[in-house]
Amino acid sequence: MQKLLLLGDEAIAQGAIDAGISGMYAYPGTPSTEIMEYVQSSPEAKSGRIECRWSSNEKTAMESALGMSFCGKRAMVAMKHVGLNVAADAFINSAITGVNGGLIVVAADDPSMHSSQNEQDSRFYGKFAYVPVFEPRNQQEAYNMIFDAFELSEKYSTPVLLRIPTRLAHSRSGVERGEQIPEKKFNLPDDTKRFILMPLIARKRFKVLLDNYEKLQFDYRLGKYNTFRDGPDRTLGIIACGIAVNYLMENFIDDSLPYPLLSIATYPFSRDVIKDITGRCREILVLEEGYPLVEEQLRGILNEGRKVYGKLDGTIPRDGELNPDIVAAALGIEIKKGPPMPGIVRSRPPSFCKGCGHADMFNAIVEAIKPYGIQGVFSDIGCYTLAALPPYSCINSCVDMGASVTMAVGAADAGLFPSIAVIGDSTFTHSGMPGLLDAVVKNSPVTIIIADNLTTGMTGGQESNATGRLQGICTGIGVAPEHVRTIVPLPKNHEENVRILREEFEYRGPSVIIASRECIQAGARRRKSERIEKQKNQEE
Amino acid sequence: MKNDIIIAGVGGQGILSIAAIIGLAAVEKNLFLKQSEVHGMSQRGGDVVSHLRLSDKPVHSDLIPYGRAGLIISVEPMEALRHLPWLASDGWIVTNSKPYVNISDYPDVNEIIEKIKEIKNSIIIDADSVAAECGSEKAANMVILGAASPFTGISPESLEEAVVKMFSKKGNQIVDINLKAFRAGRRFSETREIST
Repeated sequence: MQKLLLLGDEAIAQGAIDAGISGMYAYPGTPSTEIMEYVQSSPEAKSGRIECRWSSNEKTAMESALGMSFCGKRAMVAMKHVGLNVAADAFINSAITGVNGGLIVVAADDPSMHSSQNEQDSRFYGKFAYVPVFEPRNQQEAYNMIFDAFELSEKYSTPVLLRIPTRLAHSRSGVERGEQIPEKKFNLPDDTKRFILMPLIARKRFKVLLDNYEKLQFDYRLGKYNTFRDGPDRTLGIIACGIAVNYLMENFIDDSLPYPLLSIATYPFSRDVIKDITGRCREILVLEEGYPLVEEQLRGILNEGRKVYGKLDGTIPRDGELNPDIVAAALGIEIKKGPPMPGIVRSRPPSFCKGCGHADMFNAIVEAIKPYGIQGVFSDIGCYTLAALPPYSCINSCVDMGASVTMAVGAADAGLFPSIAVIGDSTFTHSGMPGLLDAVVKNSPVTIIIADNLTTGMTGGQESNATGRLQGICTGIGVAPEHVRTIVPLPKNHEENVRILREEFEYRGPSVIIASRECIQAGARRRKSERIEKQKNQEE
Repeated sequence: MKNDIIIAGVGGQGILSIAAIIGLAAVEKNLFLKQSEVHGMSQRGGDVVSHLRLSDKPVHSDLIPYGRAGLIISVEPMEALRHLPWLASDGWIVTNSKPYVNISDYPDVNEIIEKIKEIKNSIIIDADSVAAECGSEKAANMVILGAASPFTGISPESLEEAVVKMFSKKGNQIVDINLKAFRAGRRFSETREIST
């Protein structure tokens, strides 16, 4: 069979399609976005077999997926690592309710923070929620694991976490597809009470969860992915988790690794698996992408046993992603670098696109806040965070989705004036709306500027659930209609926009300014596809 | 067969298209490959890089180790220099000479070109001008790919097939411009190789 050239993200999506999902739920977030995009572009989605519209945030995505599962159908939900914080309430409690149709939660971690505000390791969420975790080592395995993960999910009535790092999410390789499984029939659970987490029921369900978690370590669907290979040199044993094994093997071309190796790709694993290697080797090197999860378990709190090398003793850096050279250094293998990078090479950080509406909006904001002597505004997660860089340098914060609105409310409580938030349209409907309600309820003197580019821009231009609805949402939440203003951020409107901004800063209640102009990237893509469509029609 | 290729440039310059075309051709030839890409925020005018690894044996790491790239393809001259620590001692650099200046402290372009010339195996081509002659400056990435094609380890016929496949959705005219650009780039390198 011809191999498909797929990103790790796409391999997961193709796996889910072939494993018969009926619903795919997600909110865009690098490096997870391409999972949903691939499903959306599939023939199975276009024919209507798979429901796959973007959700408003990761929590609504997780809950919708649980609802799909409740009805006996298979569902997948995908998000970036910090998205799992947003979905955590639903995720952790779904382990207690259990599932009906198979349910896979994909968390795409971003070690090295290529496009994120932290590098949290989602494997800990698996442990925290007592949910099994799959951590594929390559694109083909990511595809294959989906089938086992759904089976496992249905057998133990548990959601399953699939964790991938950026390097797998955004790397392509050949993937061979298997047989497609038909979707599951609509089939409500025999016992719907288990989904009612009143204490009386939840206590019983928690015991079931704990019991299942013990059994999981002996299930072959997990166990078969944790492989041991012996080696002649027992001075060192190596435990490698997920893609770390690739960086190891890169240093031992043609299978020349002399040390015993345990390659882990699923959790929980049994103690017996670990004994294979600890029984042979006194000293152990642990390689894992993310936090030292296995390393800490191996050391124990007193660390009185064997010598363990890894992130905790500095053999491997504590932060940032792994690569073949870090592993080489840890093993004392010589690295033959090419010529050094010449000193004249400058760093080239991302910047606003030429002609971006956000740039014109920030030009107006910078001028409007000048008389007040404040340094900047609270901001949020999106392209507009780039206003942290010169020449704007006018934002004070970027913490989590929606935080700009509520931080502005708290700062106004403390006496900051004017207290201003800048938040994207999609970020606002993701997590900004409840904060605006807080502001309305306490009549907080804040100005919320919604940078409305009519798309989810930073992740590549996905449909925004806010488009066309912002005015209604803001007045519906209770902002006075005369204080929900719309401006068009263009250089020709600069003076007028500065004036409107100042008018609303001066208003001693909550106000919203919708700075609305289409993302130039999204606009260019739209015009291009329209042009190609037209050209095609002409050629025909 | 084994080749590790670094493809560099600035977000929006068509780095991923170059990687995808070589990748398509490699899959057709049943080679193993891994190709890591940059998505997300850096694509907004930041430096981007793709590590592309081809081999007739399974590839382990998605990332190329230091000193092992047989080829650096760069659509922008300063970006070619950024990845020198990955270049193998006998590796090639094929780069555009036309700078993409979107930072205030961009260095003197002549100095950059001098630094590139210090590398034993380097090809420098004004891809924007060649592409314009072929019908569109936007095809500069295909000029660079063409110029780099002799060092990829994949036949020009296979790469051309992949170019056609890649752009076919966009209509015949776009396919023709990109093929023309690819061939112009290839010719540049071939005649240069003979002359040196």
